[in-house]
Amino acid sequence: MKIAECRKDFPILQRTMNHRPLVYLDNGATTLKPQPVIDAVMNYYTYLGANAHRGDYEMSAQVDAAYEGTRKKTAAFLNAHCPEEIIFNSGSSEGLNQVALMLSGQRLQAGDVILSDESEHASSVLPWIHASQIHQTKVEYIPLDEEGKITVENFKKALHDKVKVVCLAQVSNVLGFEAPVKEITKIAHEHGALVVVDGAQSTPHIPIDVQDLDVDFFVFSAHKMCGPTGVGVLYGKKELLDALDPVYYGGESNARFDRCGTLILKETPLKYESGTQPIEGVLGLGAAIDYIQSIGKDAIHAHEWELKQYFLEKAKALKTIHFYNEKAQSGICTFNVFDKGQMIPAQDVASFLNTKGIAVRSGTHCAKMLVDVLQVPGTCRASFYIYNTKEEVDQLVAALQEATLENCIGIFF
Amino acid sequence: MSEIDPNLLRDIIMDHYQYPRNHQLSEEPSYQSKHMASESCIDDITVQVKFDQDRIEDVRFDGQACTISTASTSIMSELVKGKTKEEANEIIRNYFSMIDQKEYDEDLLEEAIAFQNVGKQANRINCATIGWKALRDMIKESEGK
Repeated sequence: MKIAECRKDFPILQRTMNHRPLVYLDNGATTLKPQPVIDAVMNYYTYLGANAHRGDYEMSAQVDAAYEGTRKKTAAFLNAHCPEEIIFNSGSSEGLNQVALMLSGQRLQAGDVILSDESEHASSVLPWIHASQIHQTKVEYIPLDEEGKITVENFKKALHDKVKVVCLAQVSNVLGFEAPVKEITKIAHEHGALVVVDGAQSTPHIPIDVQDLDVDFFVFSAHKMCGPTGVGVLYGKKELLDALDPVYYGGESNARFDRCGTLILKETPLKYESGTQPIEGVLGLGAAIDYIQSIGKDAIHAHEWELKQYFLEKAKALKTIHFYNEKAQSGICTFNVFDKGQMIPAQDVASFLNTKGIAVRSGTHCAKMLVDVLQVPGTCRASFYIYNTKEEVDQLVAALQEATLENCIGIFF
Repeated sequence: MSEIDPNLLRDIIMDHYQYPRNHQLSEEPSYQSKHMASESCIDDITVQVKFDQDRIEDVRFDGQACTISTASTSIMSELVKGKTKEEANEIIRNYFSMIDQKEYDEDLLEEAIAFQNVGKQANRINCATIGWKALRDMIKESEGK
């Protein structure tokens, strides 16, 4: 991978933070945007302009071509069976909420069980907990192994006749382990359960083939893969999307309706896209997919894993850093810093790194149940992406070397 | 703003973080409790107060918290113990003024002036005020009775 070339595509890397060159290592939260994505968004506002699926004029037809072109591109990106299986929405959280509400209201019975796990992000588990209170369903958890991983064995132990849905992240946002989604899906289907996968942390980094995985629903967000915020994708198998009714109703999702309440919805996927969609976001997502494809997911993943191994090697030499996910083959590094055997609160470390121009995340990373598994109140998370370099890792390690309790408090003076 | 040696101020925070005062909750029913879970970070603390009529007889706290929330709550607990509610409210008002970079009475705040620059890291203002908000709320609730 030619990182120096790649970095030139990201104008934001020219900025400073706290008067230092920006070292952005919070890619698990969101990624920076390359010029082609910015241009695609700008082009909508400065040239295309019209709404989608509505106008009888050239501008509108151009928008439709770009918008539906992105749907085709996204289908190819996930290896979906057809473009109709791609629904645009505001992102992973909305997609997971849509699926939880649709399945809970239309497919599940009181007493049915949804299987989740304790490493899940709030967006994956809270929609089901909320729906369970309305529909008297129940959320149960696959026990994690001692490293915090989901294993096929533990999944089998948690599975029983009442389980009708399995909902989990393909890659955990805290620990970065990849769950055995394909194997779990095969077993779940043998037991008549549907599988919903949160791909927010996997789609930007590893090749996704929804047909090979055979999952029933899959979501991801554009902003975690160089795309705009406020836009994402819900993939669903065509027969499921055809059979289900949407959560939202409004303009453009219906074909006919009258005062008697007769409603004819449009065909999938448009019946799921009520109201004006984030059109510039969808076009930006298309540009992001092109950008990622031009580099290649295998190269992206190899680069992140190389940076992580480099970081582990350098940081371990300091002897003050404890890692929680050394073996997770991703760009996510979860750790805490110790000073004379005492753990420095993660937020103090993150604030200290901020003064060095380094952006990392601290806290529970929206996976609040994992705290009990790791037995620490919070962690620091550095997460790498395509534009990060070994030099940046060196800067992180140098800063961590200085991260004593005294220095972390010293930033306030 | 105080011209006190920054190293001294830093040491005050270090000391209260490493050896927090009044850092154990009481099981006596005469204590009022307030649980504060920060929306933005891991800080999750419980503050207790025991009133003797108009006077604050005791303040205690415990929980998971960063250096700034632990030290600021520890310092607060020492500052307001034995004070009347009115005196405590005055201290709290001055503390929030200081955090907001407004005029405040340094003499009233004693060691709490160590947090005069906490606003340099905007995301940490919540850490420096979480315990103080708990006490402020409990005094207000007690006055409303």
